[in-house]
Amino acid sequence: MKHSVIILVLLPLLALSGCQAMVETNQQNSALYQQLGERSGIADIVEDLLYRIVEDERINDQFRGIDVRQFHTNLTDQLCELSGGPCTYSGRGMRESHADMNVTDTQFNALAENLILAMEENGIPTGAQNQLIKKLVPLYPQIRNL
Amino acid sequence: MTCMARVFSTGLLALLISANLSADTGSRLWATGGVTSVEGGAGGGLSPWALLGGYASDEEWGGTLTLSRAETDDYTLSVVGAGVTWNNRVELTLARQTLDLDSLVFTLKNGFGLEEDELVQDVFGLKVRLAGDALYSPWGQWSAGLLHKRNREFTVPDAIGAEDDSGTDVYVSGSKLFFAAVMDRNLLVNATVRGTKANQGGLLGFGGDRNDSYEAMFEGSVGLFVTRQWLVGTEYRQKPDNLGFATEDDWWDVFVAWVPDRRLSVTAALVNLGDVATLEDQRGAYLSLQASF
Repeated sequence: MKHSVIILVLLPLLALSGCQAMVETNQQNSALYQQLGERSGIADIVEDLLYRIVEDERINDQFRGIDVRQFHTNLTDQLCELSGGPCTYSGRGMRESHADMNVTDTQFNALAENLILAMEENGIPTGAQNQLIKKLVPLYPQIRNL
Repeated sequence: MTCMARVFSTGLLALLISANLSADTGSRLWATGGVTSVEGGAGGGLSPWALLGGYASDEEWGGTLTLSRAETDDYTLSVVGAGVTWNNRVELTLARQTLDLDSLVFTLKNGFGLEEDELVQDVFGLKVRLAGDALYSPWGQWSAGLLHKRNREFTVPDAIGAEDDSGTDVYVSGSKLFFAAVMDRNLLVNATVRGTKANQGGLLGFGGDRNDSYEAMFEGSVGLFVTRQWLVGTEYRQKPDNLGFATEDDWWDVFVAWVPDRRLSVTAALVNLGDVATLEDQRGAYLSLQASF
């Protein structure tokens, strides 16, 4: 009986703290989404990123012949979703889409650099930049096909 | 030495100018080459990191030129260094350290009848990245290295009880950058274990009357990127104590590095070298200029 009382008290508490944790991560995530300027801000960043990619001899070959409009939509959705925004990435999986590209470390670094510069160009605060990069880093082995 | 320094500073200047004309440093992200340690390899000021110098990524060459100076209460250490990195895999470095003995000159003259006013040492470094990437691997980046050190003049180390005029440090380092770790700032953590017989880094020779075998020493540092151009942090380096002539203390510092872009870094630090060759509590300032190409 005593035990069941404890369980009766503890269970809702656990559930509550679980909810709280979920709410907190969501809030954190959507805070990042806000800091990036929501979907339109992210779309601007991606647009500047695309201009930088075209100019960058290290990586522009890898992007030759892509459907730029589709790529822009997909990457914007992906960053929007990653940052906690109300979007759904509908493109191919990272491993699948990079499988035949032989992306080198040099190229990965070049893209990371261009993304950071594009965020700076759009006045994204350092902390938000770091948070977004943190969410992208786990994609490294998929993109490098490791 | 002064001639060397002039050659290097001229080179550094020429390099900065030419680097301005062609912006082709490597592709690794800003400040991921660390700065140049007093022993020539990429690291903090006092301790090597697992990062390799310069910005060469996996299909690139890169390198660094460095001028550093530490002034403590009774000593001045000057370092000129150069290094090349291939494919973010292998780093080769060269450093010449000159320690002006300033006040120790009198101790040496009165106690040992020696007329030396400086100690000079060359350090040849090799570092290999074994595995991982400090930014992208969850387990960080791991490197192993050798630092082969040769005293150019052994009279003083010999007189105070050092066994050898040359020695080789062997080390393993791990480095990891944690993104958005502290107040959404990126945190760099480094740990190194070094096998060494070097007295005061080798400037006072290798091995001694108290101990003449390799010992494992721990070194660690943490740095916080306030922005991608400003890194503040602290370093610690454990040291052996081989000479009966004087006790040797561990080293530590607090530093701030400014990396306006890949071609240039400026590091300033407050260093505490503890007791050095009978002169107590050596604290002072450290300044290092590094050009990357």
